[in-house]
Order: sequence, then structure tokens, then C-alpha cells
Amino acid sequence: MDLTILNAVVAVVIAIAFAAANAAYLVLAERRGAGRIQRRPGPNVNLFGILQPPLDGIKLMTKQLVIPGGADKALFLVAPILAMAPAITSFVTIPFSDTIVAHSMNIGVLMIFAFASLGSFAILLAGWGSRNKYSVMASVRAVSQHIAYEIPMLITVTTIVMMTGTMNLKELALSQSGGILHWHIIPSLSSPLMPVSFLIFFICSLAETNRAPFDLAEAESELVAGFHTEYGSMGFGLFFMGEYAHIVIGASLITILFLGGWGCPLGLYPGVWWFLLKVYLLIFSFIWIRWTFPRTTVYGLLNLSWKILIPISLFNLLLTAGLLKVF
Amino acid sequence: MSGPVIDIQPGETFTLNVGPQHPATHGVLRVKMEMDGEYIIKAETVLGYIHRMHELMGENRAYPQVLPNLSRLDYLGAMGYTHGHVLAIERAAGIEVPERAEYIRAIMVELNRVASHLFWFGAFVMDLGGFTPLMYAIQDREHILDMLEAVTGSRLTYCYFRFGGLYNDVDDDFVDAARAFIPRMRKSLKKYAALVTGNIIFRKRLEDIGPLSAEMCRKYGATGPVARGSGIDFDVRKNEPYSVYPEFDFDVPVYHQCDSMARYKVRMDEMEQSLRIIEQGLDKLPDGPIMPKKKPKLIKPPKGDYYQAVETARGSFGIRLVSDGTKNAYRFKLRSPTYSNMHLFDEACEGMMIMDALAMMGSLDLVIPEIDR
Repeated sequence: MDLTILNAVVAVVIAIAFAAANAAYLVLAERRGAGRIQRRPGPNVNLFGILQPPLDGIKLMTKQLVIPGGADKALFLVAPILAMAPAITSFVTIPFSDTIVAHSMNIGVLMIFAFASLGSFAILLAGWGSRNKYSVMASVRAVSQHIAYEIPMLITVTTIVMMTGTMNLKELALSQSGGILHWHIIPSLSSPLMPVSFLIFFICSLAETNRAPFDLAEAESELVAGFHTEYGSMGFGLFFMGEYAHIVIGASLITILFLGGWGCPLGLYPGVWWFLLKVYLLIFSFIWIRWTFPRTTVYGLLNLSWKILIPISLFNLLLTAGLLKVF
Repeated sequence: MSGPVIDIQPGETFTLNVGPQHPATHGVLRVKMEMDGEYIIKAETVLGYIHRMHELMGENRAYPQVLPNLSRLDYLGAMGYTHGHVLAIERAAGIEVPERAEYIRAIMVELNRVASHLFWFGAFVMDLGGFTPLMYAIQDREHILDMLEAVTGSRLTYCYFRFGGLYNDVDDDFVDAARAFIPRMRKSLKKYAALVTGNIIFRKRLEDIGPLSAEMCRKYGATGPVARGSGIDFDVRKNEPYSVYPEFDFDVPVYHQCDSMARYKVRMDEMEQSLRIIEQGLDKLPDGPIMPKKKPKLIKPPKGDYYQAVETARGSFGIRLVSDGTKNAYRFKLRSPTYSNMHLFDEACEGMMIMDALAMMGSLDLVIPEIDR
């Protein structure tokens, strides 16, 4: 009995440590990637700037956390923690392979989405709590954006859950084992629109993680720094790392839901390496998109979701439901 | 928890201070905006944060001493402003300029115009949230700055033109570098068109956004790419020719859409036209002296009222010079293009969303030290 609890604790701690390490080192990856795209080296001291994240952390931690006068102190301090904690906690349920999973849950998908929506709550609290007009505007934007993009995301997930009949992430991935033709991204007889769903889910994960071209909540050329304008020190650091933790979650979810999890495209040697390869390829494409595209507008963003993504994903849901009944 | 009781009325607005330290204003410009959520109800630009009294300095100092001041107006296209100054003094004092000097001046000004537009291009796309084009543009601009540095000795605030000629002749290295630069820049312009101009997000953010009608441009005296993006075919180089510009074959790009995209396209086309001028200038570059044989030791223009306009990267820049026959000017008035271009903003941004308004502000190409002088 004691051993199982210990096992669970160790597994959870490892999962969270993986998330935190990823969040820290993705900052470096992002800066290296940006440098490569912009024809400059990026951080390159000490073996590709390997010491950059810990040194950044030390710098941020030694700085003073300035709480602006008139700010709501409690909300101001809670918000960064709320940005980081749920993001890394949801790693607990993500299966890296059929054996490596901290805690396999039957409602894994639901849990991840529940925790992901806490991220927008953190942005709202940060914007409201810091008593800055730019921050309030940013948090208002962020909330409308998150509402608009969670709906098509959830509809797409519902489609997949309907097809596989499970909400357990491990079983979701296992249902696609046996090569690329079994992956959900490939259109099947019962759901011919799956590539479109994949695209919708990908766009929504960009928007959910506040990444460019949907980074309206921190649009630096309009709102200075958006919701974290007033944050310095580790408060800012937590927001920053929370963003990357959300990216890893988004990439993992896409991998599990659409790209066969830890399965090889040819069905050979399935394992954690395939999972990590797919996740990091997706993360690289996130970075690539960020440094290529300009930012959209607020109304462009909402129009895209309400007028294009939601109708298409709803149509796909109905189509799949009908076809599942037929075949 | 007890806090201040906030009584929020329906339809209540708030004041947003954009600047003087704000990433979108590219300097110390302050815009006081009356906001209703994301919408701007009223905007008021507040100037004077970087006022340095260049006009008064122009009246208190001898003419050659003012020359370096002129390149401090606009740090991105400084060459054009000093060009205006030397032309005004030469017209007032009746100094002949050798042909070689005139050609070199035109080449320098056009190179500087390309550099200025390149920087604007990068900064403008950065205003829209795309960071990468800035790095590409700066890299191309670096080639120009290196060339100019080799000849003029400075990278931003040039004091290269002299009354009657130039400070330093160009060498073969410069001519070769300029010739090599033109095809490279043309290739870059194609790349920018592929990377930015065709981008769907970019186009959606600019097309039909930020309309500035031709009437409004006339009302506020807007010139340069801002006016040409609104269909006003006015370029000082064509309409009031000066220096050797009549010798060159170039077009003035005019777009009639009046939106931010039109202003963007005008500047992108102007870079191509500037390259054409540089190309022709290098071909036609005559030999000869760069300073006139006969030049007064002390410049004392005869009594009178003189005006000289030039087309700088930002628009029509004018110098009004009232001379009382002494070594100082009696009145030294600078008509800077950005000052007029910027005042459109107050009227144009009413009712716009803040992100569109700031994109439009980027398309006006503001350089704040030039507004405040």
C-alpha cells in the first residue's frame, strides 16, 4: 500500500519536473529558433547557451517583486502561480508511452481541459489585479479569446472521443496503434474530415497558449506587455514558463489525439522516443509560426473562431456521428 | 476587503495615455486617448518631450554652425535634411555647386532614403507583431550605413554636405559597393514582397484600415508617402525640381486606396525608384571638383526671404530663411513633414480600435525628434 503511494508520488513529481524543465529550456529553444530564423546566433555562450535558463532564473529571482500601488495584492500574487501550477499539473495524466504515465485517468482529456481553462483565469486575475489600464484591456481580450477557442477545441475532442469511445488518453493513443494509416489525422470512412479537425485543433492550441499570431493578450506594440505589464521578478518568470508549459501540453495533446501518440508511422518500435519526436516537431512549428506571422486583430480572431472554426467543427461532429451510425 | 467603491456608469469612458514611453510611438510622443473599451473616441497628441530649439539655434549661430543641427532632426533620413539646408543657403548666397557634387549628393540622399524606408518597414511590421522582418531590413540597411560611413565618417547624423559642395569625394570602393548593393537590394525587395506583402494576416490588418482622404491630407498639409498613398501626386523632386533630379528618369508611385496598405506600397515602390536613381547617378557620375573654386569665406546671404523645399524620406521638408545680411539668420523656420503627417492622426483615429489606430500610426512613419525639432 505504502509502496503504491510512494510510486504515485514519485511518478507525479517526475512528470511535473519534466514539465518545469521543458518550460525552462523551451525558452532557450525559442530564442535559438528565433535567432536561426532571423539570421543571428541567439544565446550561444557555453554549448548552445545551455546555462541561459538557470541564469535567467537566478536573475529573475534576485529581482524585487514590485507590487504597484493600488493593486489588489492577493490577486496580483496568486495570478502567476495560477498560470504555472495547473499547466504543469496536467502533465500527470499525459502518457508518454504505454508504460510511462504518472497516473492514467479515465477522464484524462476532461482534466487537461479543466486545467487549461484555469490558465485564462490567471490572465484575468493578473490583468485585473495589477490596476493598469493596459492590463485590464489585455485580460478582457484574453478571456473572450479563450472562450472563443475552447469551444471548437472541445467540439473536435468530442468528435474523437465519440469515435474511440474513451476519454482515457492512454486508450486514445492505443486506439491509433499500428502505423500512420490508423492515426486520427488520416481521414477514415467514418470521419472523412479529420485533417480539417487537426487543423482546427492546431489553430486553437495556438490561440489557447496565447502564441503569435494570436498573442493579443500581450500585444507589445499596443498594450505594452499586456497582462504582465506590471510584473517583474519571478512573477513574470512564472507567466513566461506557464506559457511554455501550456505549449508542451498542447503539443502532447495533438500528438495523442491525432498523431498516434507513441506509435511509429510504420508501426515499428513504438516507444517514448516517437512521442517526444512528434511533440518537439510540433513545438518547433509553434516557434516557427510565431516568428513568421504578424499578429491578428481582435475582431479577426473572434470572426475566425465564431464564423469559421465553430461551424466547421460542429459540422464535422454531426457528420461523424451520422457516419458512425451507418458504418 | 475594503477597497474604493467604484461606481461604473454605462457608457463611461477612460483616458489612456499612450506614451511618452510606449513601444508603439517609437519615441517620446504622447497620445492622450479617450477610450470606450477598445475603441478610441477622441485622441490628442501631446508634443514637446524632445524639443531642442533647433530653430532658435539656427538664429543664434552662424550658418555653417547650424549644419550639424539639421541631421539631428530625423536620425533615419538625416541626409535629406542637410541637403535642404545647404540648398537653401546656396540659393540665398548664390553659390554655384559643381556637377559632380550634385550627383554625389543625389546618390547619398537616395541611399539614405532607402535606409530610412528599410528601417520603417521593419518597425512597421514589428508594430503589427511580426518581429523577423525588422532583422532582415536592418541587415540590408547595414550595407548602406557601412557605405555611407566609409565616405561621410558617420552612420546616422551626417554632416557631409558643405555649402557649395561636399566634405569628401567618393572613391572607387564606394562606387563598386553601391553598384553591388543595387541588385542585392532588388532581391531583398522581392523577398519582402513574398514574406510580408502577400501575407494574409498582414493584408487583413492594412487593407481598408486607417483611411486618410486626400481632403484630409490637404487640410493638414500632409506630404510624402502619406499623401501619395491618398492619391495626391506630389513629389518635390518632380514638382519643384532641385539639384540634378530633372536629369533622372524615375516614377512617383501613387496609390488611390487611401488605406494603410497604400502607404505601405508607396514606400516599398519608392525604394525601387530610389535604386533606379542611384543606378543612373552612378552611370552619369561626372569627374571634376567637389567644391566650387570661388566660395565666400564668410557666408552672408544678402537681405531677403528665401525658401527651399526638398523631398525627404518622410515628405516635403522646407526651410524658410530670412536673412538680414549678417552671418546669422534673422529667422530660421523649419517645415518638417512628420509634424504635418502626425496631426492627421487625431482626426483619423476617432472611432477606430486601438490596434488598428496604432497600425495606422506606424504607417505614418513618425520620427519624433523631427516633430519636436
